[in-house]
Amino acid sequence: MGDRRHTSTHYEKELQELKDGLLYLGGLAENAIKNALQALVERNSELARRVIADDAAIDQLDSENEDRCIRILALRQPAARDLRFIATAIKINGHLERIGDMAVNIAEKVLLLNEEPQLKPYVDIPRMAEITQKMIRQSLDSLIREDVDLADQVRREDETVDNLNEQVFRELLTFMIQDPRTIRTALLIMQIAKNLERISDHAEGIADMVIYLVTGKSVRHNDSLEPKGRMA
Amino acid sequence: MKNNSIIDVVDVDFYYGTFQALTDITMNFEKNEVTALIGPSGCGKSTLLRLLNRMNDLIDGARLVGQVIFEDRNIYAADVDPVEVRRRIGMVFQKPNPFPKSIFDNITYGPKLHGVRKKRDLEDLVEASLRQAVLWEEVKDILNRSAMTLSGGQQQRLCIARALAMKPDVVLMDEPTSALDPISTAKIEELIDELKENYTIIIVTHNMQQAARVSGKTGFFYLGRLIEFNSTEKIFTNPEEKQTEDYITGRFG
Repeated sequence: MGDRRHTSTHYEKELQELKDGLLYLGGLAENAIKNALQALVERNSELARRVIADDAAIDQLDSENEDRCIRILALRQPAARDLRFIATAIKINGHLERIGDMAVNIAEKVLLLNEEPQLKPYVDIPRMAEITQKMIRQSLDSLIREDVDLADQVRREDETVDNLNEQVFRELLTFMIQDPRTIRTALLIMQIAKNLERISDHAEGIADMVIYLVTGKSVRHNDSLEPKGRMA
Repeated sequence: MKNNSIIDVVDVDFYYGTFQALTDITMNFEKNEVTALIGPSGCGKSTLLRLLNRMNDLIDGARLVGQVIFEDRNIYAADVDPVEVRRRIGMVFQKPNPFPKSIFDNITYGPKLHGVRKKRDLEDLVEASLRQAVLWEEVKDILNRSAMTLSGGQQQRLCIARALAMKPDVVLMDEPTSALDPISTAKIEELIDELKENYTIIIVTHNMQQAARVSGKTGFFYLGRLIEFNSTEKIFTNPEEKQTEDYITGRFG
C-alpha cells in the first residue's frame, strides 16, 4: 500500500497477496453475475447450474482472504494506512462473497424460470446486470488505483440501478394485474432484479471502503436521503 | 495554547556544541494527559524529554534557545533553581536504577534531602508512594531489604515510586519498559494509566504499540523536528503527515 515499500519485504508480500486475493475474488464474483445473466437471457439451465456449483470456489477464497487479514492483524499489528487497508479488505471481501451468493440466487431463479414460457424479452435486467458488473469492476479498479473520484462515480451509479429496479417492478406489476397466470414468473423476475439491485449496493459498499482507505473518512452513511433496498 | 496545558515548549532550538539536535520545536503538554514522543534513534525525542526538567544542563556544551514554560515561568530563566524544577518534574529512566540501599531508603532519600525528617511522615510517604506505584503489596514486609534484590520490573516500579515521593506534577519516562519483560511492561503500562489521574506523564518509547496503548497524544520527531503532534488515535489510524505514516507503518528509510 502507498508508494513506499515496507522495510519488511515479507510484510509487503503479505499485503500484496491479500490485495491479489481480493482482486481474484472480484473477478470470480463478476464472472458469476455474467454467467447467471447469460443463463437467464439464453435460457441455459446448464450454465445456471454451473454458477451454483462455482460458488464453492468463491466461498473458499473468501475464507482464505479472511485468514490473511486475521494473520496480518495478529502478527503485524498494522497501523495507519495498513490498518485501514486491512479493515477495508475484510469488508470488501465480505461484499464480494455476498455478490457471489446473489449470483447463485439469480441462477436458482433462472432454473425455475426456464421451466415456464418466457414472459417478455429481457431489456432492463440485462442493463442492470451490465451496470452492476461495471460497478464491481470500477470499485475494484478504484481500490487498486486508490482513486477516490472513481469510487465516488461508483457510488452515484447505484441510483441508476435503483431506478431500473423500480422500473422493472412497475412493469411486471402491470403484467400481473392483466393476467394473474404471470404472477409466478413475474415474481421470479422481480427477485432477480432485486438481487441485482443488492449487488449494486455491495459494489457501492466496496467504493465506500475505498474512500475510507484513501481519506480515512467514513462515507458509508452519507448517501442520499432515499432509503436503499426498500423496493419489492 | 490550551488552558489545561502544564508545559509549553516555545520556539526551542537545542544544541550539543555545534550540533543542532532540535529545531524550532513548539508544543504543549496537557495536564493529566499521557503524551508519547516517538521517532527513530537520533530524532531528538530523548533530548526534548531531558530538556523539560533541565537534565541536559549536566551535559557540556548543551545550549537551549527558546523557552520552556512551566506554570507561567520559563524554567531556563536565570533565577530558576534546576533542582526545584527536577523536584516538580520527575524522571524515570530506561534501566531501573535503584540506589544500593534498602527499599525504604530509596523512597526517602530525596524527601530527606528536601527536609522531611519526621519518621512518621517518612513512613507515610513510603507507603503512599509504593501504593501509587502498585508495589506496596509486594514489598510491604521487606522494606528494609536491599532494593537490588527486587526483580527488574519491581525495581522500575520502585524507581517510579521514588519519583512520586517527591510529589512531582509531571513524570518524564525515558523508555521505561525497554529493559523489562512483557508482564512487567504490562504492569508499568497499567500503572501509567492510573497515574494520569494525578500526574502528567510524558513518555519516550521505541515501542509504537506502547505509545498507542498508553498515550492520549503522540508527537512524532524526525531529524530534530516535530513532524506531527496529534491525538494518538489520529496518529495510528490516519496521520496527517506522510512521514509519520511511513514511520509507524514501518516504511522508513
